[in-house]
Amino acid sequence: MLQNEKLDELAGRCGEWLRGTGPESDIVISSRIRLARNLGDFPFIRRCTTEDRMAIERTVAARMNKIQEWNHVRYVSVGELSEVDRQFLVERQLISRELSESEGPRAVAIDPNEQFSVMVNEEDHLRLQVMHSGLDLSKAWEQINHLDDLLEGAISYAVHPKYGYLTACPTNVGTGLRVSVMMHLPALVITRQIDKVFRSLQKISVTVRGLYGEGSQFTGDFYQVSNQITLGKSEQELVEQVGEVVPVLIDYERRARQFLVDQSEQDLHDDVSRALGILCTAKKISSEETMHYLSKVRMGVNLGLINTVPVKKINELFIHTQPAHLQKLHGRLLGSSDRNVQRASYLQQHLSGEDCGPAERN
Amino acid sequence: MKCQHCEKPATFHITELTDPEGPKVMHLCEDHARGFLSQESPSPIASVASALAKQLKLGQTKEELAELDRKACPVCGITFYEFRNAGRLGCPYDYTHFQSDLEPLLSNIHDSLEHHGKRPKRAAPTADRQAHAIQLRREMDEAVEREDYERASEIRDQLLALESGDDSGGAAAAASESEED
Repeated sequence: MLQNEKLDELAGRCGEWLRGTGPESDIVISSRIRLARNLGDFPFIRRCTTEDRMAIERTVAARMNKIQEWNHVRYVSVGELSEVDRQFLVERQLISRELSESEGPRAVAIDPNEQFSVMVNEEDHLRLQVMHSGLDLSKAWEQINHLDDLLEGAISYAVHPKYGYLTACPTNVGTGLRVSVMMHLPALVITRQIDKVFRSLQKISVTVRGLYGEGSQFTGDFYQVSNQITLGKSEQELVEQVGEVVPVLIDYERRARQFLVDQSEQDLHDDVSRALGILCTAKKISSEETMHYLSKVRMGVNLGLINTVPVKKINELFIHTQPAHLQKLHGRLLGSSDRNVQRASYLQQHLSGEDCGPAERN
Repeated sequence: MKCQHCEKPATFHITELTDPEGPKVMHLCEDHARGFLSQESPSPIASVASALAKQLKLGQTKEELAELDRKACPVCGITFYEFRNAGRLGCPYDYTHFQSDLEPLLSNIHDSLEHHGKRPKRAAPTADRQAHAIQLRREMDEAVEREDYERASEIRDQLLALESGDDSGGAAAAASESEED
């Protein structure tokens, strides 16, 4: 395992889950599964002293170092990172906001392809996560199940004969498993059907949240569909349960897109093209505005209305225009207003010549 | 009747039954009702807290509640009151110690009380032994806090013995005496 390597090298790349490939990738961004695990002979994080946290880290790191296939896995002490580096890992979905903002010894192990990460001392002692591009739940489950077996090695987890894996929050007990499928649903938002769709989902134990969900505001029309319960069903059953809902949502979104096309293809074409125009020519632009227009452009690309930008590029821009990424790519810290200028220039640089009208081509 | 958030007429009258404070009636216009109904599903903490509040109000007197709140785990020391507020437990043994109080909550959240999935590959040490290790750690911290280093080092030896699988403690305790720092 590699210890505390520089993160800068990651900045210019996009994680494997943003490749924009995989089944149904026009609507499904990524399939993610996480497992919560706790060491049996330590209190849960809430009652841990700093020494306990350090001992947990030592135990886990020692185990990780013994795993041969993990030679290129990067181990990062999150407490030693600057704020912008921590935010950077949050934007890439490699760590949670909770791990970034909490205090005390804590860490994350990240694989070179960014397909999996293991957070240490988050809400639970261990949070394993696997992320694949597109709708690929069964492969993601296979991979995380294997990682869980590898990591367990000599570690004794907290397990109850009746309740299964024990977790700090009773909402995660049993399997400790959370399946999250991230979906891009702009047409359901435009046609105002999204609330109705979500309310119907709640009846079947599936929850929906926005991407980077701060408060109740969703950004960029991204939604995460997850299982609500973790106890009483097997891991495969929980994965299947979410897996069955996703195609229904895909179908709704496709129909809403078709409805928009049928209603007025010209209006829709105009709308997505204007969005691209703004992204290509703006001189300062906020993160929210960028997400808003990128979302329209992404739908335009997937409907064949915009032919000059690949989806992978759009996916990348969603991440690269986030505050911490922008600062890392720029190589220095920027205030919010400088970021807006830098973001506009970054967008122009990466989209210009791609369909931005004659003025940009001169 | 006007909407409680703006000047438009209230066309939606919503009674929220799951509010921890008890049923709440809201009068909203269409826009605010849409906003309210599309709120993000509550965070796990909020849902644990509200599920608990709901469940605790049913069939328990104030005295019973106060007594439950004072109940503390002998291993990690967390009180039920602290758990109720934080939505997080203190150690694995809480699931045993608070079992009768947690089961209604678990069944409320998961609609089930029995795990049907994967189990660890290797046989885990007994839960009692794990709980004993947590308890020893806590006692050691307390000893360090009151600067009783002699007691702290005794406990550390017991812990080492427990971890090496030797419950007698004697030999391991003697061996580790020398590595005092």
